Amino acid sequence: MIKTVITQQDRPVLSPEKMAEIQGVIQQFPEGKSKSAILRILHIVEREAGGWLSPDTMDMVAEILSIEPIEVYEVATFYTMFNLNPVGKYVLEVCQTGPCMLVGSDQTIEYIEKTLDIKVGETTADGMFTLKTSECLGACGYGPLLKCGIHYHEHLTNDSIDTLLTACRNGEVEKY
Amino acid sequence: MGRKLLLEHIDVPGIETFDVWRKHGGYLSVEKALKNMSPDDVVNEVKNSGLRGRGGAGFPTGMKWSFLAKPEGVPRYLLCNADESEPGTFKDRYLMEKLPHLLIEGMIVSSYALGANLSYIYIRGEYMWILEILEKAIAEAYAKGFLGKNILGSGFDLDLRVAPGGGAYICGEETALIESLEGKRGNPRMKPPFPAVKGLWGCPTVVNNVESLATVVPIINMGADEYVKIGTEKSAGTKLISACGNLVRPGVYEIEMGISVEEFIYGDEWCRGIANNKQIKALIPGGSSVPILPAHLITKLATGEDRLMSYESLSEGGFATGSMLGSGGFIVFDEDQSVVRNTWNFARFYAHESCGQCSPCREGTGWMQRVLHRIVNGQGNMRDIDLLADINKKIEGNTICPLGDAAAWPVAAAIRHFREEFEWYVNHPEEALKRNYGMLKNTPTTV
Repeated sequence: MIKTVITQQDRPVLSPEKMAEIQGVIQQFPEGKSKSAILRILHIVEREAGGWLSPDTMDMVAEILSIEPIEVYEVATFYTMFNLNPVGKYVLEVCQTGPCMLVGSDQTIEYIEKTLDIKVGETTADGMFTLKTSECLGACGYGPLLKCGIHYHEHLTNDSIDTLLTACRNGEVEKY
Repeated sequence: MGRKLLLEHIDVPGIETFDVWRKHGGYLSVEKALKNMSPDDVVNEVKNSGLRGRGGAGFPTGMKWSFLAKPEGVPRYLLCNADESEPGTFKDRYLMEKLPHLLIEGMIVSSYALGANLSYIYIRGEYMWILEILEKAIAEAYAKGFLGKNILGSGFDLDLRVAPGGGAYICGEETALIESLEGKRGNPRMKPPFPAVKGLWGCPTVVNNVESLATVVPIINMGADEYVKIGTEKSAGTKLISACGNLVRPGVYEIEMGISVEEFIYGDEWCRGIANNKQIKALIPGGSSVPILPAHLITKLATGEDRLMSYESLSEGGFATGSMLGSGGFIVFDEDQSVVRNTWNFARFYAHESCGQCSPCREGTGWMQRVLHRIVNGQGNMRDIDLLADINKKIEGNTICPLGDAAAWPVAAAIRHFREEFEWYVNHPEEALKRNYGMLKNTPTTV
C-alpha cells in the first residue's frame, strides 16, 4: 500500500475546458442547488487528479461549489467509487458478489493477484495497477468481470486478463 | 415467441439513434399523450394498466402517481431510478444501453402526466458509459423538439438531465436517491413525509424504476385495455428478467408474465437449462434480497401445481415455500454450489452497503457476515445457526429503510431450506475448508 503523502501538488490543475465542463454540470441544477453537482464533479476531478481524491482536491471542490470542506469529505467517504488513497495508473475492480462468485470471480481475483504479484487493495511496484474488489457491478450475466476506466471487461478468462493487462501496459486502455 | 413490448426492436442496427428509433414507432406515445390526452388521462391509463413498479417492490405505479401532491406554484419532479445495484439484476443497464430513447420517451410521457418540467435520471456511477449514451440520446431529442420548451406545440416544457451516483447500493432506495441527488450521503429519510409530498429539494417527487417508465410507452400506445390482456390477471404485461448464475444462456429476457418457471429455465427461447449438464440446486428469482428456493420448490409450488413467472405465483406459499418476483434478478445455482457460502457472500454485500444510520442494520449486518464467515471457514458451531436467526429477527422491521429486511430475509430463507448444509459445515470443518476455494482469506472490499 502506498503511503498517503499530502502535499499542495495533490490539487490538480484544471484546464479551462474542464472548468467549463464543471460549470456545465452545475447548470444542470436549479439556481441555489449547485451542491447536487458534487458527485459528478468529484468523478471529473478524481480523473484529473490521477485517480484519487486528496483532502486538498476535496477542498478545491468545496471552493468550486461554495460549500464547507466537510460537506465534500462526508460525501467522498460515503461513496465507494472514490479512491481516498493514491492508486496505480489503472485500477482493476473485480466484481465479487454472489452471481459473479457462482461463475468463478474468486479464481479471477486469485489469477490477477498471482499475475501482478499483489494482493487486493495493493498497487504494483511500478505504479501501473491497483487491484480492488467491488460489490455487484450490475453485469451478473456476463461474469466474471472487472471495471477498468469507465468500461467493463466481461466474460473474463486468464487469457483475456493477460490481453487486458498488456493493453494497459501499452497505453491502449483508457485510464480511471 | 413470447410477445415483446419493450425489446421488440432491440436487434435493429442503429436503434440507439433518434432516427432509427422514430422509424420503428418511436415517440408515438409522446405525440398521442401530448396531443390527445390530458395529464390525468395518462395517469388513469397507467392506473388501469395494473403496472406494478419494476424495481423490486412491485408497488402499483399509477397509484404512486396519484399520491403526488400538487400545491400551487411548487415545482414537481420525476426521478428515474437507474441505480440498479441489486445483485442478480442487470436489466435496466441493458435497456438503457440499447434503447436509450425508450426510456427518454417514457420519461417525457410520465413527466407530462405528473406535471414535472424538470426530470432527472439518477444512474449508478459505475454505468458512466451509459450516462454518455443517454446524454447523447437526450441531445438528439432536444434537437428534434421532443425535449425543451413547448414540446410539439403542446405548451408542455420539459428538461431532462442525467446525474451519476458514486457507488452505493442504498441509493436505489428512493429517499436515499433523493438525498444523493441533493449532493449528500445516501442516508434514507424517515417516512412520512413521503417523497410524493416532500421529495427532492422539499418538493413533491415521484421516483420510478427505469423499466417502469419504459413500460409506460407501450401502455399509452396500445391502451390499458389491450395491455391488461397480456400476462396474468394480477401481473399484467411483460417483465424483463435478468438471468444469471449457472445457466447455459444467461442474459436479459422479456417474458410475458405467467410463463412457467420450468419453461424459462429450460426452454430454447430462454435460458436453455443448467450449464455443464448439471442439476439445479437452488434459485433466487428476484434479486439477492428475496428468499432462496430449494430445487423441489422451483418449478412446482408446495401444492404440486406449476410455478409461474408472475408476482403471485413466485410469492405463493409466503416465505415458507415461496419467494418473490422482486427486480427480476434470476440467480440459478447448480448442484456444486454452496448455499452457505453464497449466503455469506450476500451478507458481506449488505454489511458493506448498509449506510450505517440505524444500529440494527449497521451492527446486525456485520455480525451476520462474521458469524457466517466463521461457519464457512469451518469455525462455526451449532449455536451459530440459531444466533443468525436471532440477529435476523432483531434487524427485520427495525430500520428506517428496507435494507435491513433485505439483508435478513436471504439468511433466514437459506437456513429455512438448507439447514442441513449449515450443519454439515459445522460438523465437517476440514472438508468445509477444502470445499471453499479461496475462503481462508478475508477479502477486503475497499482500498
